[in-house]
This record gives sequence, structure tokens and C-alpha cells, in this order.
Amino acid sequence: MHLELRPVPDYKWQYLSPLLATMLTLLSGWLLFAWLTDAPGHALYVFFIAGISDAFGLSEWLLKATPMLLCAYGLAICYRASLWNIGAEGQLLMGALVGSAVALEFLDSESSLAIPSVILAGMTGGALWALLAGLLKFRFNTSEILTTIMLNYIAMNLLQWAVYGPLKDPGGFNFPESALFSEATLLPVLWPDTRLHVGFLFTCVVMPLTWLLLAKSFVGFQIQVAGQDPKAAVMAGYPVKRLGYVVLLISGALAGLAGAVEVIGPLGQLVPTVSPGYGYSAIIIALLGRLHPVGITLAGLLVSLLFMGAELSQIEMGLSSAIASLFQGLLLFFFLACDVLIRYRIRFSPGTVTPQPNH
Amino acid sequence: MLRFTVLPRLRWLTHRIVWLSVLMFSALANSAPLKVAFIYVHPAGESGYSYTHDQARKYVEDVFGDKIEVTVVDSVPDGADVERVLMQLARAGHKLIFPTSFGYMNAVQKVARRYPKVIFEHASGYKQARNVGTYFDRIYEGRYLSGVIAGHMSKSKQAGYVAAYPIPEVIRGINAFTLGMRSVIPDATVNVVWVNSWYDPGKEREAADSLIQQGADVLAQHTNSPASIQAAEAAGVYAVGYHSDMSRFGKNAHLTAPMHLWNDFYVKRINQVLDGSWKPESVWAGFSENMTTLAPLNPAIPPKVVAHIESLKEKIKAGAFHPFTGPVLDQQGETRVPAGTVMNDDALSKMDFYVEGVQGKLPR
Repeated sequence: MHLELRPVPDYKWQYLSPLLATMLTLLSGWLLFAWLTDAPGHALYVFFIAGISDAFGLSEWLLKATPMLLCAYGLAICYRASLWNIGAEGQLLMGALVGSAVALEFLDSESSLAIPSVILAGMTGGALWALLAGLLKFRFNTSEILTTIMLNYIAMNLLQWAVYGPLKDPGGFNFPESALFSEATLLPVLWPDTRLHVGFLFTCVVMPLTWLLLAKSFVGFQIQVAGQDPKAAVMAGYPVKRLGYVVLLISGALAGLAGAVEVIGPLGQLVPTVSPGYGYSAIIIALLGRLHPVGITLAGLLVSLLFMGAELSQIEMGLSSAIASLFQGLLLFFFLACDVLIRYRIRFSPGTVTPQPNH
Repeated sequence: MLRFTVLPRLRWLTHRIVWLSVLMFSALANSAPLKVAFIYVHPAGESGYSYTHDQARKYVEDVFGDKIEVTVVDSVPDGADVERVLMQLARAGHKLIFPTSFGYMNAVQKVARRYPKVIFEHASGYKQARNVGTYFDRIYEGRYLSGVIAGHMSKSKQAGYVAAYPIPEVIRGINAFTLGMRSVIPDATVNVVWVNSWYDPGKEREAADSLIQQGADVLAQHTNSPASIQAAEAAGVYAVGYHSDMSRFGKNAHLTAPMHLWNDFYVKRINQVLDGSWKPESVWAGFSENMTTLAPLNPAIPPKVVAHIESLKEKIKAGAFHPFTGPVLDQQGETRVPAGTVMNDDALSKMDFYVEGVQGKLPR
């Protein structure tokens, strides 16, 4: 058995591969849970369905997906331009930091400008942080992969400095967290009695806009030409550098938006642990979603479901969190591995096969 | 006729039914176990903070048997996720929840308002509510004693301290250790390295190695991993563990470790919830209530030092001695606690200065 390069990629596998991956995941999950528990079917139910079987679960599911999706749409635009921005985490943190700094200015205010100011500030913070990586790349020819990773650490340390220093709650016994934001600064809840806030609507707006940009606009076309063949783009007279800045700014602003939405959404204050790695999960989501807004949305929902399933399997089944992460890993592995079938096909018994006519 | 015979029977029957159902309900109420949940920020593992809570969790499961049903959720990061986990636990019928990380504090407050019938016991926080109590141990008592031991064992008069974050809890530990060490060696110094993480074996090891290179021959730590113990064992110097007994990571190096002991507290609280006498409290207890203790002392510690430690421990337990008894001077030589007085709990809980003897500047 060996893998053979297809003469042309088989695009029907683009749709079949996730199906195959789902089946393999369910099968291996069933085996894994059959080994560990006496109710493998129930375990799969807890992992995939129980968490979202009521209004509470649905709202939490969308809430959890929101910051990751916002980052992932932006990353997809970057990756289409072959700009490997690994820095969504840092851009998100800068959005959270700058957004919080503004939110703290509105502590005693009921101004209706509070929320728009925080959101704008967050987007600006994220965008400027991405712009730094852009300047380093286009001025000094530094690899954006390295600089964006490094900038993540710098952002994390800046955030910690701020929470331990100027933004620390004066009445908080010196603990590293900001004061709780005022009501006027908090995003209104979208669905009564849940935590789902209007920040979720941003994903509903950003997804179609991303699609329009990539699939329907001339800029989107230029971005993708620049990504796939920079020389052709230069020959065609496209402003490659400017396009690079544009995609970085968009992606940084979206990550910054995610950070701002997180601090004035579910958190309600600035804490050192704003993000449990949303910016990194977003990379997986963007690639899992094949850099397509619809695919990303599905992938984001899947990843968010997995996070919730991991918690629920501990609560309902008493399974250890290590098993949950093992299962998450299996699923991601299958999803990425099955994609090999788009470009390759499996050949059994090498050497004995007579060449088949191409159809 | 019929009326006279049926009515008393009917009454008898309804009487019976009412009593039977009352009995059945009370039997059900007694047989349904109390659902108790623990939330940890890290996996329990084999050492560290979450491990100590998990040890106590096992203990209460043994003590209460069928009377309680215990759920554990680990690896829940501080931040937005814990609120969902808390709500899921409340919705799954848990009546007593122990969220054990400081970063859960505001989420606990929010969820407690939403589920007024669920009782929350939040470790290390400072916000109580009608159904939220808080607890932590006076680990600084154990820190002081470990400092005294370090003072007796150090030859270079220099200790190194691997610390996580500059919050009052950690600063208090550094100061208590330093005061203990200087009670034996008045000119001893303590160097601190901040690793900005509760758990990062790589960074902790680097910090420990560099402290040893600078001349420290006793290490102490306020982090979760046993990396400092391992570094000390490799370099042939001493080290003081933290959270739990870390002696198996370096049996020559490990002098002792200030340890949390949640067993008695958890048993007490679960009993109170079972018999309906639970009330929100802010508990901060140490040796006196067996909430803090020291890991078994290294046999290399001379018997007269062991005796000294024992007597100090008894004095602390009896309230006859307090580690922060004046005069306590800060790095600038300014008196923070005047001679003859003891630092009060309010000042202890807000501590934001180094005592004399700690080297370097406190990051702010």
C-alpha cells in the first residue's frame, strides 16, 4: 500500500475528507471510550451533543467560538496572501490591553460612547501590533513567522506589566487584575439569561465580509495572486507591499477586536489570563477550515465544541482531562490527515498494478 | 351505613398514604448523596498546589463514602472558561463547589448570584457572599520555620528563592522565610528570581541553577514544579519544597516543605452542608487548625534544630509567637512593624514590600 500523487487534485475529496475524518474519529473515539468506560455511546453523546442540547449549551458554544473565529477569519486572509502571521495571540492580547485601558476611563460614566471607544481602541491596538511585524518584514526583510511569535511574548509581558502596574485595581489587595468595568462598558447580552453577548454579532458580520473580500473583490484577487505567485503579482503591477500591510492590519484589527470583546464581554475586567490560547487555536481553525470563511466557521464551532466536551466529560463521566485532550488530538489528526487524499490516492499492492487509463 | 364504614377507612387510607410518602421522601432525601465538586487550575499530577487539593479530595471521599458524590474538573484556566464550568456543575446538581484558583474569584461571584442554593468555597480569594465562603492557610507560618531551618543549614549565609508572581501571598512567603533565616543568621541575604509562571519546570530550573551559581546554598520556592529541588540535588545544596512533600525529587537536598493540609477543613465544611449549619466565612488558618504543616524534616538536620523547630511550631500554634513580630524593617531600613507589636491580618494580606535582607527591587 502506498500513496501516489494524483495527476490533478481530486476536489470531491475536499468534501469527502471531513466526512471520512468524522467517521474515523467516531470509530476511534468509540474504541477509546469502550476501553475506558462501559458506555462508549454515552461518552460520545456527552462529548458532542449533551453540551449543546439546550439553550444554555448553545449560547456557551457560540460564546466560546466568538474570539477564536474573529482571529481565524483574519488569519485566513493573511494566509491567503502567504503571510504567515502566527501572532493572533499577541494581537488579541494587545486589543484586550488597549481596550481595557480605555474601558477603565469610563469607570464612572454612563456614556453610550464607552463600548464603541473600547472596541475601536482594541482594534487599533491589535492592528498596530500586527503593523510592527509588517514594518519588520517589509523594511528589514525579517521573517514574519519569527517576529509575530516573538511579539506574542512581548504582548504577554506588556499585559502582565499593565495588570501588575498601572491598570491594577487600587482596591484589589495588590492582586493582578483591573477594577471591574462599569455597566456602560459591558457588552449587552444578546440572549436573556445566558452569557452570549452582542460580540457574537461581529462574527456574523465579519464572516460574509471576509468572503466578499476574498471571493468577490479585486483586492481579494490581488491578495491571492500575491500569495500564490509574488513575481506574477509584481509583474501585474500589484502593490504587493501595500497588500501585505493591508492583510496584516485587517488580521491584527480582528484579533484586537476579539481581545476587546473578551474583556468587556464574559470577563468584565482585565486579568493576566485573558486568553487561554485563542490566538493559537485560531491557527488550527483557519487551516482546518481551508482558509474559507464558511469552512472556518464550521471548524471554529467544532473546536469550541471539543473544548466544552472535554469539560463535560469530566463532569458527567468522571473522565480525566488527559483523555479529553487525547481525543481532541485524535480528531484534529484525522481531519488534517484525511486531506492528504485530495492530492494523493491510496494504491494497494505496488508494482503489480497495470496502469489504468485516466478518466 | 355505607358512609359510616367507608369514611373512617378512607381517612385511615389517606393518613397512611401521607405518612408513607413523607417517609419515602425523607428516605430519598437521606439516600441521595451530596454532590460535591472540585475545580483545579492544573492537572492534579504528583506535586504542587492542585495536587494538595486532590489529596484532600481523596481523603473526604474515604471519610464520607456514599454520603457524597465527588466530581473533579481539572485544567480549567483562570479567565472566561471557569464561569461555564461552574454553571455546568451547578446545573448537574452539585450543591457544594470548591473552586481552588484565585483567578476564579469574580466568576464565582457571578455564578453564586445566579445559583443562590449552591454553596461555593473559594480558595485564596477575598470576596464572600451569602453562599460564598473563602479559605486559605497561613502558609507563612511554615515558611518562617523553613527559613529558620535554612538559617541553621546554610554556610554561605545566602538563600535563593524561585517565585511565581509578585502578589501579596508570594511576597509574604519570601518575607517570612527571610525573617526566619535571619533569626538564626542576622546578616543572611535572600535573592529572588521571578519566573512569572506558577508552573514552568524549565524556567524554574534555570532560575534555581543561576541562584546556586550566585552562591545560594539553600533554595526555597513559590512555584508548583519540583525543578528547584532537582537543581539543588544535582548541585549538592539544600532546598525547601512547597505545597506538598517533594522529598522524592531530591532526598538529600529536600530539607522540608511548608504544606497545605485541607483535609480537616473539607471534612468540616461538607459536614456543615450535610447538616444544614453551613455559613459563609472567611477562613485563614495555620498550624493551630492543622491547615498548614511541614513535610517530614531531612535527617541531616541536627536534633537540636529539630527540637527548636518543634518548640517554635507549638508556640505559633498556641498563639504565643507570630512570624511577623516587630521590629520588622523593610529594605530601606524603615520600621514596618514596631517592636513589641504583631502585624495585623489586613497588613499581612496587602503586603507589598520586602523585609530587610531580601536582595533586589520588588517588581511593581
